[in-house]
Amino acid sequence: MEELIQIEGVAKSYGAHRVHKELTLSIHRGECFTLLGPSGCGKTVLLRLIAGFESPDAGVIRIGGVVVSDPAAGVNLPPDSRSLGMVFQDYAVWPHMTVFDNVAYPLKLMKKSRQELTASVMEAVGMVGMKGLEKRLPSELSGGQQQRVALARALIAKPSLLLLDEPLTNLDANLREEMRFEIKELQRKLETTVLYVTHDQEVALAISDRLAVMDERGKIRQTGTPWEIFERPADPFVFNFMGVANFLPVRNEEGKYLVGNGSQPIPWEKPEGGAKDWAAAFRPSDVKIGRGGEGLRGAVRRASFLGAVMDYLVDVDGASLRVSAETHEAIAEGLMFEDGEDCIVSFRGLHWFEAEKLREALTASAHNNEGVRA
Amino acid sequence: MSSLGKKPGFGVAQVILFLSVAILVVVVAVPVLLIFFNAFWVNGSFNIRDVARIISEPDTWQALVNSLIIAAGTTIGSTIVGTFFAWLVTRTDLPCKRFMKGMFLVPFMLPSFIGAMAWKMLLSPRAGFINRFFMLHFGLSGPIFNIYSYAGIMLVEVMYLFPFVFIQVCGALERMDPTLEESARISGAGLFTITRKITIPLVLPSILSGALLIMLYSMAHFGTVAVLGIENGIFNIPTLIYQRIHQSAGSFASIRTGTVLAAILVAAAALILWLQGKILSRGHYQIIAGKSFRPMELKLRALRMPLFLFCAAYIGFTIVLPTVVIFLVGGLKTYGLPFTWENLSLDNYKFILSAYKVTRDAIWNSVTLGFSAAVITMFAGVMISYVIVKMKVRGKGILEFLGMLPFSVPGSVIALGVILAWSGRYGVNLYNTVWIILVAYIARYMAFSLRANSAALEQVHDSLVEAARVCGATMWQALRDVVLPLVRPGMLAAFFLIFLPSLRELTVSIMLYAPTTRTIGVAIYTLNEDGETVRSAALAGIALIIIVAGQLLVERFLGKKAQG
Repeated sequence: MEELIQIEGVAKSYGAHRVHKELTLSIHRGECFTLLGPSGCGKTVLLRLIAGFESPDAGVIRIGGVVVSDPAAGVNLPPDSRSLGMVFQDYAVWPHMTVFDNVAYPLKLMKKSRQELTASVMEAVGMVGMKGLEKRLPSELSGGQQQRVALARALIAKPSLLLLDEPLTNLDANLREEMRFEIKELQRKLETTVLYVTHDQEVALAISDRLAVMDERGKIRQTGTPWEIFERPADPFVFNFMGVANFLPVRNEEGKYLVGNGSQPIPWEKPEGGAKDWAAAFRPSDVKIGRGGEGLRGAVRRASFLGAVMDYLVDVDGASLRVSAETHEAIAEGLMFEDGEDCIVSFRGLHWFEAEKLREALTASAHNNEGVRA
Repeated sequence: MSSLGKKPGFGVAQVILFLSVAILVVVVAVPVLLIFFNAFWVNGSFNIRDVARIISEPDTWQALVNSLIIAAGTTIGSTIVGTFFAWLVTRTDLPCKRFMKGMFLVPFMLPSFIGAMAWKMLLSPRAGFINRFFMLHFGLSGPIFNIYSYAGIMLVEVMYLFPFVFIQVCGALERMDPTLEESARISGAGLFTITRKITIPLVLPSILSGALLIMLYSMAHFGTVAVLGIENGIFNIPTLIYQRIHQSAGSFASIRTGTVLAAILVAAAALILWLQGKILSRGHYQIIAGKSFRPMELKLRALRMPLFLFCAAYIGFTIVLPTVVIFLVGGLKTYGLPFTWENLSLDNYKFILSAYKVTRDAIWNSVTLGFSAAVITMFAGVMISYVIVKMKVRGKGILEFLGMLPFSVPGSVIALGVILAWSGRYGVNLYNTVWIILVAYIARYMAFSLRANSAALEQVHDSLVEAARVCGATMWQALRDVVLPLVRPGMLAAFFLIFLPSLRELTVSIMLYAPTTRTIGVAIYTLNEDGETVRSAALAGIALIIIVAGQLLVERFLGKKAQG
């Protein structure tokens, strides 16, 4: 597949603060690619490097084969000669221009004829569902409508690359869901390449063809399709970042893998490797809770009814895990537990991580995970 | 090695930065530095002993002491008056509060030297109308009050400066979260205790900050002391600087004295502003909520009418009376005649507007100077603010400092610095031309423009410009299409913030005028000094009309803008 953006060995620091070092990434033409990471990880900086608002300290950035930034060769194209489209988190719709003038601005700069301009603007405005509002000023629009204007403005010049910087963050939850499908729809229809930056893993999974997960230090931990990222996380950081995570401590005692501080051996596939301490990682939905059968013995410490699902906090030999069960399934199978009842837990699937690596990943994200988990 | 790509952004930034630094250095930094240089540098070496000698001369020492006395008295008086009225109009059930509040702010608009002239007409020991009235009808042998005194100067300054405290305290009292007081009340505190223990401590920072502003202003104040003090030989620092420079036509000794006094003034002003900054930064105990609340109102009961009459009398006595006197005297055939219908006419007004060259020139000079200074400063200000607010360049802190410097540099000091810089010593001689006044106005009002424009630019989020850049706009195009239209209200505000005060400006232009380059303020002042009292008063009346009309127009115009 042809690569539209190539980032090779890019480094960027602000004073003593190193945001990126040796970052390498490529994005295919026509795909919707998401940079996913906690806030402050440098994903926006990377976007701004690609847009040309910042210049890298080292490395090369190519867009469509053209070198746009290469400090070693003294190349740094300004944003206006990179022919991109961009949508900002705060919309950045010009408050002194009408919807029409906002959307028309890129074409005005290209000196298009009045006729061509009007036709294109009307098409773009229609495309984002804003027909009839062209005469309005941004102050007369809702946040969602302003973001549609920004989208139309970014798309009107038919850029090969559309950059989206957390465009849905300032919208309310319903609108956010609606808009993310619309963006995906537009991207498919126009066959534009989209680079989307967000800290919201749900959006990332929903709209991406591929995504890259970045950690706090600006390092890319894993690149892949949403399915790969979710089901085959490369490390505990990625696993933890992609949703509510349980980590069950397991220790290796003379070839036996024992859970928590108790003596129950793990009844499933064993980890591969020589480490002594391990963590079995799984999501609440990966756990089955029952009253008998094969599994680990535990006790329900807290049962919470959340409507569609029951949420249990289960204690297994000093380790606690979150387990969820669909409410009417639980009722049908007699699995409505109460606080203090004994239970058996087993797993549909799990990942093994070395305890050492898990600790590293969790301390790194501990001070910076607000808004990360759904 | 620089590439094609790098040049455009680099070039624009460099041009703007270079121009900004150049303007501020030439217009602001050089004159102020020259003051210090001339004060402390004698015959090629640093000489502090000579500075001490100058300060210990009786005249200079007395002027320093006078500045302090007058500033102290004025500050105390204004703080009491301003706080009291602020409390009355925000926290009591005084009738017609809104109107009263508006009236208490009127002195902001009026030039205090015109007020001083009016009080001279009313209370000068022999000729003052009030003094004469009492001597005539009550058989007093001497005047009831002599305005040519420390007390007279301080009283007049209080009348014109108390709004500084008034407006600050009003703001604090109005924005103060009433739950703070209500919770004290629920805890069983009486209104008196609440006022003493809660309200006053909470508004104290506002009171102090307003008081310091008054102190700064009064110490460097020229007009009132010039009009009322010279008769009895009361000089403060600015009037002494003026007298020395003016009488000696720029001799070396007088310039030395001037620069030493100016340096002291700048140092004192810097100290005051530093103190004010400290108080303001420490005093914001998060008590002031952004929203407007309905504060608790004290029922004045039996005192309601007496206090209302007191306020009305104060307004009548300090605002209406002097204004009326100016207009009446301006209508007299000769100063000294009683105010009867046959003695009053519009002849003076007609004369100074059409036939009298001095006043016609003065009006023309003030309007063109004010307009040019406002336009130039508006554009320079928006550019420099852009560098300060938006550009990521090293050393912009220096720009900010230079731009705000004139706030702490009194007008007479700026004028002196401009004389030092632009009277031929360094190749350019603007002395005795209208250009030297223009340069001084630009230096003096730059800070106003920077404030208004910075505030407007802060509202223009970076992403708005970046959005234009990704749409294909160059730096210049983005500035033209996005930044300029959005800061236009700020620029307009800057224009009027400069144009209106410059119409009544006296302190700077009095030091710089030549026979043909009088401004309105200078003409009023010199005519009055020359005994042309009726013409001076007529011109003052016209100036008042222009100033008040301009202010009302701006308020209506800009007020509507803000709503729409």
